[in-house]
Amino acid sequence: MSPVTWSGAMNGSPEVFDVVVIGGGIVGCAVARELTGFELTVGLIEARSDIGDVTSKANTAILHTGFDATPGSLESQLVRRGYELLSAYAPTAGIPIERTGALLVAWTDEELTTLPKLADKARQNGYEHAVLVDAQEVYRREPRLGPGALGGLAIPDESIICSWTSALAYVTEAVGRGLHLLLDQRVTGLEVNDSVTKIQTTRGAVHARWVINAAGHGADVIDRHLGYDRFTVVPRKGELIVFDKLARELVNSIVLPVPSSLGKGVLVSPTIYGNVMLGPTSENIIDRSDTSTTPAGLEFLFEKGVRIMPTLLTEEITATYAGLRASTEHDDFVIDLDGQRRYILLGGIRSTGLTASMALAEHVVELMNNAGEMLAPRSGLPPVPRMPSIGQATERPFQDAPRIDLDAEYGRIVCFCERVSRGEIRDALESVVPPTDLDGLRRRTRALMGRCQGFYCAAEVEALLDKGASGRGGHPEETS
Amino acid sequence: MITQRCDVLIIGGGPSGLTAAANLAGDHHVVVLERERFGGGIPRHSDHTGYGIRDLHRVMSGPAYAKRLVDTALASGVDLRTESMMTSWIGERSVAVTSPQGRYELAATAIILATGARERPRSARLVAGDRPAGVFTTGALQNLVHLHHRSPGSKAVVVGSELVSWSAVLTLREAGCETVEMITDRERSESYAAFHHVAKRVLSTPVSTLTRVRRIVGRDRVEAVELEHLASGAVRTVPCDTIVFTGDWIPDNELARLGGIELAAGSLAPAVDTTLRTSRPGVFAIGNLVHPVDTADVCAQDGHHVAQGVRELLHGRQNESANIAITVDSPLRWVSPSRIWRVDVAPARRRLLLWTDEYRPVAKLTATQADGVIGRITLPWPAAPGRVLRVPWSLLANVDPDGGDVGIRLG
Repeated sequence: MSPVTWSGAMNGSPEVFDVVVIGGGIVGCAVARELTGFELTVGLIEARSDIGDVTSKANTAILHTGFDATPGSLESQLVRRGYELLSAYAPTAGIPIERTGALLVAWTDEELTTLPKLADKARQNGYEHAVLVDAQEVYRREPRLGPGALGGLAIPDESIICSWTSALAYVTEAVGRGLHLLLDQRVTGLEVNDSVTKIQTTRGAVHARWVINAAGHGADVIDRHLGYDRFTVVPRKGELIVFDKLARELVNSIVLPVPSSLGKGVLVSPTIYGNVMLGPTSENIIDRSDTSTTPAGLEFLFEKGVRIMPTLLTEEITATYAGLRASTEHDDFVIDLDGQRRYILLGGIRSTGLTASMALAEHVVELMNNAGEMLAPRSGLPPVPRMPSIGQATERPFQDAPRIDLDAEYGRIVCFCERVSRGEIRDALESVVPPTDLDGLRRRTRALMGRCQGFYCAAEVEALLDKGASGRGGHPEETS
Repeated sequence: MITQRCDVLIIGGGPSGLTAAANLAGDHHVVVLERERFGGGIPRHSDHTGYGIRDLHRVMSGPAYAKRLVDTALASGVDLRTESMMTSWIGERSVAVTSPQGRYELAATAIILATGARERPRSARLVAGDRPAGVFTTGALQNLVHLHHRSPGSKAVVVGSELVSWSAVLTLREAGCETVEMITDRERSESYAAFHHVAKRVLSTPVSTLTRVRRIVGRDRVEAVELEHLASGAVRTVPCDTIVFTGDWIPDNELARLGGIELAAGSLAPAVDTTLRTSRPGVFAIGNLVHPVDTADVCAQDGHHVAQGVRELLHGRQNESANIAITVDSPLRWVSPSRIWRVDVAPARRRLLLWTDEYRPVAKLTATQADGVIGRITLPWPAAPGRVLRVPWSLLANVDPDGGDVGIRLG
């Protein structure tokens, strides 16, 4: 049986799962990975046809040290722990990661006086390596910054990471450990009985002893199915502009503004793929699926960008996009155990969710043990999967001469801008959790994500997707 | 990595690259690296007639023209390597190549960059809204329709009203997709007046001027486009399932930039002299990479023209007699060539190529050097945005080799 299924009642799945995780974002995938490491039958229900397809695909993809979290909060604790866990896991699983460091830049006297307070806060959060630097040092580190920087705070351990590969690595490992991945099925209701919860979905009922709610923007809706009324998700839209790879040399580290009451503000950061990102905006909206960019948002980013790094704005723009953070009326993650009903809520996981994901998963195990589950680790787990290299800092298949000698498909470049080979597209289509659409293929390979946005290769890549993993069929011109 | 050698290495197997290769292959080992599976370049998927006029002195379709260029190159002994992509520079005149045959270093005595140009996609134009399927450039559209025989949609809005925009309309029509409206942010439509009127009547497509795309609507598939009138600020919504962004060319200058080659202001194309040399010794640049964009036959003639300079380099005779920069004043955006290193060589076809951002019914040009006027010319054709303005080299006939930089302005 295929581990990936689009059917609620499938062959081979247990009548009653030990645990069902609702939501296949970065958090749900991390939890599924963790729980399949124990003697449990685990299911993951995702409304979309792919994992990581909502909030987890559109974010700033920064691995935070947690230096600016609220000291003493659960978020602070989980971000710090999550940073350690994911920093260690990423190299093993082949998740692209670069420790670029971050530089908070003060542009006003008020911001300058805030920097020492932020350094103190970092220490309270258990982060000891923040360094105050003067204006001269700021420009030494980031020579392309616009005029007027007064000083800075360096956070050498902030890192950039591939959020897509992270979620895929988690779920790939989980499927290898026996996860039942139930895609394209939306939870419509929950009915808790004495020992089993009935999860009503758009594709029929699924039963589980435990339910973990990691539904992101839908977490409050799921929570209300159980009669709770304790938080509301307010989607906060963040628009971003991605600049051409030729701009990468302009920026050395993540350039952050000094946070104010209005939020974390607009940053300029290298991306793990070798581009430069400007954003995000921050706007609370109503529609939980509205990821459109707006004329006002893009204009705002341009105004900010001109001040932070004027030369950046002369470079070509490769993409614009918007993501939604699942903010709530609470200042912290909204995490709760309902032991009696075998239910755990992981709500209000906002932009720090990527960093905290593995710690959140660990926390779930702790909570289940607290409820008396006494989870038993499984022995003989398969090795950690090795994900394809799509970051710019490590060798890509097109650069790997011995690999091309063994398999010419890695020398056959299909997407020229991102230098994605046909071999990589084939591998993605044959992978444990294959893409179901063009977007999924993009996230797994970077095909079509480059500066030409498909001028050359869109049709070719789509044809490969339609033909599927087996197709090595003829090119239209071969027969003409 | 294995190192191979050749005399001339040409990056890009389109009209200019293949023509240069065919010209040089008789006496030298010439390698053309073409990253696509077939040589021929953009004409391969421009399935309409009008190719070959200036270089082959006949009229043929894009695919037939492309095939002919490939056949001629192969018959001349060109080592055409398809599915082969230069990914970076290794030495002064050696490059890294990825191909199904392997990853290797290729060193040459002369290198010609002929990587062409592309249209700015939607994202690069900073158009807000959703990011649904159904948004194309002309290139992506023609690739889809002509090479892959797929259908775009049923109702399209075409952004731009240059020649290439009408080419998109024709492609859409062939694919059974109606163009409900064309828009341009300029005050007037940009294609040749005669063509424009015929196209408008035959294709009966309304053209809205002073109009820009404000927002794209549709989650999975384009549902509508919000258009804004620049003068009044009025916004209206046009239902459609396809949007094609045309024109707004940018040279594919990545390899030039990575090689530290000086770029011309305005076009971001490699700055070349009249022999098509770049600032990097032994490296030339030709075709739409240096003048984004002119027709395929004009590109092909760059291929003829560059051969002379390359031969001189191969025989060790490359002299310089001047160091003059050619610059332009607004509303002219760029000029190519933009350097004169030899006053004794005229550019390809004895033409300067320029780009204007404003329309002038009669194109009058003035050339100056050291604040003195050295030439004036009035052309019997207009200067129009969206297409190359070709100006006879005689405008600069009186240039002084020691007189410093040259300026060209409209009027």
